[in-house]
Amino acid sequence: MAYNWNWQVFLQPSATGEGTYLSWLLEGLKWTLTLSLSAWVIALVVGSIVGVLRTVPNRWLSGLATGYVEIFRNIPLLVQLFIWYFVLPELLPVNMGNAFKQMHPLTQQFFAAMLCLGLFTAARVAEQVRAGIQSLPRGQKNAGLALGFTLAQVYRHVLLPMAYRIIVPPLTSEFLNIFKNSAVATTIGLIELSRQAQQLVDFTAQPYEAFIAVTLLYVAINVTVMFLMRALEQRVRIPGFIGGK
Amino acid sequence: MYEFDWSSIPGALPLLLKGMAITLEVTATAIVVGIVWGTLLAVARLSQNRVLAFLAAGYVNLFRAVPLVMVILWFYLIVPQALKAIFGQGIGDIRLTSALVAFALFEAAYYSEIIRAGIQSVPKGQVAAGLALGFTPGQTMRMIVLPQAFRNMVPLLLTQAIILFQDTSLVYVIGLSDFFGTAYKVGDRDGRLVELLLFAGAVYFMICFTVSRIVKRLQARFSQ
Repeated sequence: MAYNWNWQVFLQPSATGEGTYLSWLLEGLKWTLTLSLSAWVIALVVGSIVGVLRTVPNRWLSGLATGYVEIFRNIPLLVQLFIWYFVLPELLPVNMGNAFKQMHPLTQQFFAAMLCLGLFTAARVAEQVRAGIQSLPRGQKNAGLALGFTLAQVYRHVLLPMAYRIIVPPLTSEFLNIFKNSAVATTIGLIELSRQAQQLVDFTAQPYEAFIAVTLLYVAINVTVMFLMRALEQRVRIPGFIGGK
Repeated sequence: MYEFDWSSIPGALPLLLKGMAITLEVTATAIVVGIVWGTLLAVARLSQNRVLAFLAAGYVNLFRAVPLVMVILWFYLIVPQALKAIFGQGIGDIRLTSALVAFALFEAAYYSEIIRAGIQSVPKGQVAAGLALGFTPGQTMRMIVLPQAFRNMVPLLLTQAIILFQDTSLVYVIGLSDFFGTAYKVGDRDGRLVELLLFAGAVYFMICFTVSRIVKRLQARFSQ
């Protein structure tokens, strides 16, 4: 098996004439980061709301939140993505569906992937938020209520500030997951990193260089995120709790 | 409004069942090989041998840093060439083989982390007692630590199996017709993608939801 290694392939002008193959990789990196970070914002916001709702003393609301988590956790991410991308535009009122289909393909792919990844991860974030809130002694909530806080104020000033700090480690792993899961967007054609890896294989016939480069970029993202989240973890950890001093 | 037409599903059921068989084959292989290989990795990672521990940690961390889609594509690149080198030309469809290898090696990294935590949850006195009774370290691990560790891990291992079952749909990227791939192809062929995708989602949901309920019951029984 003689394989001709040629790392200079990245410096060659690309087949489409726009920049080099290296610039394809960077384009992929840009979309992976944009997609993951914007989906993470959705995941944090929606996940926090759903997680809080699962703990409120209202059967109807907590049931609704439980339903959300169960649906998004028990359907494969790929199936969810295809439903967002192929099914939803058909089910929307005709003019809205058509408006979506007339957008630039990249815009369509990006929005479908962002919503999908964001709401999928939100279900996982919600479970962590719920676990964080439930790990607090019940006395904290009761003390807040006894002091005359409304339930909303208890959450805002007592429970959530503690819960968020406790769940930084599990949130870190969800944050790492969102970057990895963003690779699923390759299936609907979004030009993120793993898509670019396949494109490079098709255009340059140097599969190993392309795959190694993309794999290293994913590892680099992973290491960077872990480093940043460790720093955050150290800053916010609570004295007296697990991992705290 | 969209008009649903579910009529292409009944006729496609035999095909879909065939796809489900592939999905289950990949899942089952990855669970069995993943747990065996994952146990070895976990033991290696906890061993006194620095080199062994370092290699095992490197394996686990590398696989956990890379998206599953990339891993599947990697093995689709490597496996055919490896097979060609071993068996020569004339190998048939290698998509299933490369998917099986990819999932087994990938899941082993995740299983090994669960198993490592399980081993560490066994009280140290158990190891000391085993050694004091004259068991070798290998025997202590095999006959005293691992049986207790696995008992604690059953719910987590099953939860990971549910995630794995869902993840197998990603073989779509190499064009293997598992349950989801078949559903997509049928929908595309009949122009009924909407119905087939919703149907696939519903089937996955029912299976995963049911199994996760069972896991919850088990968990409640184990923690008693």
